[in-house]
Amino acid sequence: MSQATGKSILEVKDLRTYFYTRDGVVRSVDGVSFSISEGETLAIVGESGCGKSVTSLSLLRLIPSPPGKIVSGSVLYHGKDLLKLSDDEMRDIRGDKISMIFQEPMTSLNPVLTVGRQIGEVLELHRHCTKEQAHERILELLKLVNISEPERRINEYPHQLSGGMRQRIMIAMALACDPEILIADEPTTALDVTIQAQILNLIRELRDRTRAAIILITHDLGVVAEMAQRVVVMYAGRKVEEASVFDLFAKPMHPYTLGLLNSMPRLDDSSSKRLVEIPGMVPSMRTEIVGCAFAPRCSEASERCLIESPVLQDFGNGHTVACWNPVAVSRDKA
Amino acid sequence: MSNKQKQLLELKNLCKHYPIRKGLLSRIAGYVYAVDGVSFSIYEGETLGLVGESGCGKSTVGRTILRLIDPTAGEILWRGERIDELSRTEMRPFRKEIQAVFQDPYSSLNPRMRAADIVSEPLRNFEKLSQAQGRERVSELFALVGLRPDQMLRYPHEFSGGQRQRLGIARALSVKPKLIMCDEPVSALDVSVQAQVINLLGDLQQEFGVSYLFIAHDLAVVKHISHRIAVMYLGRVVELAATDELFERPSHPYTEALLSAVPIPDPTRQRKQIVLGGDVPSPINRPSGCHFHTRCIYAQARCKVEEPALEEISPGHFVACHFKLNT
Amino acid sequence: MINNSTMSRVDWSAQISKVRLFLTVQLPALYKRYPFAVIGAATLLLMLFIAIFAPLLATVDPQAVAPLNRLKPPSWEYWFGTDALGRDVYSRVMYGTRVSLTVGISVAVLSTVIGLAIGLITGFVRWVDAIVMRIMDGLMSIPSILLAIALMALTKASIENVIIAITIAEVPRVVRLVRSLVLGLREQPYVEAAAASGTPLLKTLLRHILPNIAAPLLVQATYICASAMITEAILSFIGAGTPPNIPSWGNIMAESRSLFQIAGYLILFPSIFLSATVLAVNYLGDGLRDALDPRLSRRM
Repeated sequence: MSQATGKSILEVKDLRTYFYTRDGVVRSVDGVSFSISEGETLAIVGESGCGKSVTSLSLLRLIPSPPGKIVSGSVLYHGKDLLKLSDDEMRDIRGDKISMIFQEPMTSLNPVLTVGRQIGEVLELHRHCTKEQAHERILELLKLVNISEPERRINEYPHQLSGGMRQRIMIAMALACDPEILIADEPTTALDVTIQAQILNLIRELRDRTRAAIILITHDLGVVAEMAQRVVVMYAGRKVEEASVFDLFAKPMHPYTLGLLNSMPRLDDSSSKRLVEIPGMVPSMRTEIVGCAFAPRCSEASERCLIESPVLQDFGNGHTVACWNPVAVSRDKA
Repeated sequence: MSNKQKQLLELKNLCKHYPIRKGLLSRIAGYVYAVDGVSFSIYEGETLGLVGESGCGKSTVGRTILRLIDPTAGEILWRGERIDELSRTEMRPFRKEIQAVFQDPYSSLNPRMRAADIVSEPLRNFEKLSQAQGRERVSELFALVGLRPDQMLRYPHEFSGGQRQRLGIARALSVKPKLIMCDEPVSALDVSVQAQVINLLGDLQQEFGVSYLFIAHDLAVVKHISHRIAVMYLGRVVELAATDELFERPSHPYTEALLSAVPIPDPTRQRKQIVLGGDVPSPINRPSGCHFHTRCIYAQARCKVEEPALEEISPGHFVACHFKLNT
Repeated sequence: MINNSTMSRVDWSAQISKVRLFLTVQLPALYKRYPFAVIGAATLLLMLFIAIFAPLLATVDPQAVAPLNRLKPPSWEYWFGTDALGRDVYSRVMYGTRVSLTVGISVAVLSTVIGLAIGLITGFVRWVDAIVMRIMDGLMSIPSILLAIALMALTKASIENVIIAITIAEVPRVVRLVRSLVLGLREQPYVEAAAASGTPLLKTLLRHILPNIAAPLLVQATYICASAMITEAILSFIGAGTPPNIPSWGNIMAESRSLFQIAGYLILFPSIFLSATVLAVNYLGDGLRDALDPRLSRRM
């Protein structure tokens, strides 16, 4: 993978995560590969069910094991395959080197523990701090995430805080041990738009300060444009396009990406334009998909698309597309 | 503009306060001021967008108009007649004219009823139809919303989210209403399906001249479908204007901040972002004077004390602010 | 016109193939998915069969006293042995099935119907709710068996009174369930949508509320059936239930209480039947619960 900056610290190769349910096998992640470099922000974007969240959970091996299973592939962190580590070794990495923030701050925080206790837990586990050292560090972290009156907040419970503040606590917990990689799974989806702006701003500030790499999972292309340097587009468990953020928005090559961009109502569009629809709906993940998953809805689909699953082709500058008939047009501005 | 068109709905100082009861004797400890003096009108054939963040009261306004909730104070006039104090039975005939599409496509349809029965329920409440007539009307409605009539007898769980929302729209349309209150109709849908439903609503308005009260938090969606937009904050309307006017010349600081907070899918655009400090205050303990003064970057002493009234600064453009921008 | 004989012949073959389909395809599939529930249902059907055909299955008159043959252990002549009065335990157990099933099913049906009616009203009328729920809470604070015993103490022993007593003890639980379901359903968007469509209250109840509480109620009813059968057995065991002349599993065990060290089989067989039936009903209930719930919440 040609990278403009930095060396890659995490390499995901052909990851497959399946869920074995009573109704069949759900192939949530079906052969996804990407990598992330030091200090880079990579966005994984797609609609619900495309497998982006499952991908992020798979990286940290947080997939619930009876129905789910990481069937094959490798996740190389500094050369070591995370999928082959023991549980203890994995636990050392989670929260310390690679940490995660989730979508729903209310349910991701323990309602019966104070905020200070929860952040302290991370510090105790990984840094083996004493209570006093931890206290100092916690205050530092709360200030870092712009929480007012940190002395008071340290003893408050999640339900006493607003959604925005809870998300900041989650970010504080995730950054407590100065991780190298931060995985943010839809971090602002559940928040109001003005609070979202605050949190995204915060993440940008922290990113500049700590040089952490960020894997940002989202369905909002606006957030992608604001935050990411590179983008991976997923559909039905597969990666369909990857490019730098500028290339993706200026010259999308996969019909699905183009369709997504065209079908979104935008603030900078003239309001009278009729939205371009993507006909049909996302395929059910329970049946095995033959050929390209997007073919039934694709305006560019050909015979080959229905039979043969497209392979990723490199079009230069790190722009790869999995499509037999990629679109080569630049988007017109309204 | 508005004088020529017929006025369908008028809200005058609509209020909804929920009492908070505490203690053994359930004494009133305070109120949730969900809606606190909202006034606007909706005209024939237009879409009024109602936007705001969580807790602003927009959903409550919608529900109160439909009399699913009873208002605490204020008037609701439908074509000149007051409907805010009618009993459930007296309200019935108005339900032929005011209908609703709800947010969650999964819970707004009875999971144990067939699609045809769900869609025809409003119709059957007002007309006696034979089975054959009913089937025919449902077929027409299905075709109108882009569903295949042969799926009439299926159950909701056999449809996708977007299709279920279409069922909800078909249900609302069945009685040929004049106004449809859409409460976050596309928020729960995937982006690629949102466009389908938004286009459908637009087409139906073109064809039947139905008006919409479009309640949503996604500004881009609201911009696309509304003719006029009202912005709400903590139970009050802070700005009301025609769509293009609102986006080009926002006058209220909250509107300005809201617009700048929406992420734009264009990595080359550098915008001046106004990031509001603090959190949205609770509708129980609202700040004095102008509710927005605690987060407003332009706030002055007057804002803490005096509540600004909604004033018309240019034809059709109303703002509730002491120091209006862009004028 | 219509030839009746051809019509019925055509009907028969269709019915036979339906049954064949059920037995060969659907039943094994059901068994694979819910093995315990199918076993439970089969056991229950067996008990039902026994209850209905008890007179044919019994070898002798269950009331027939034969003191010469008393306390004989199980043998080829007396499959389950004889009791202190020489009565054939096997025949008594067969007849006892009738009592248990009658009580179990009657209580389940009655308490569900009454509980449903009360629960619906409390869910919709606030002031009724306040009064009724206090009464229900009061009833529920008394252990159901003690309540049943107390009620039986006020009347004479008969199966009807046993049914009434146990029903009264079980109704509060049903009311609580219905009430919470109704309160939850009232907030559901589709119920709101019905109001917005102009649907009158009664139609809303019938069309929207009832069908959506039927599933949990059905599951609850099976548990009530199991509980009622045990309560009846306990009541009979302590002499406060079915009158002694009618054989019930509880009665049979009661009469043999003091003898169980020398004639354990007297308690063994009725208790096996009771346990098996209650277990079967519980399995069936669990299976119904699993079968009905996921379908409701399954999404595409």
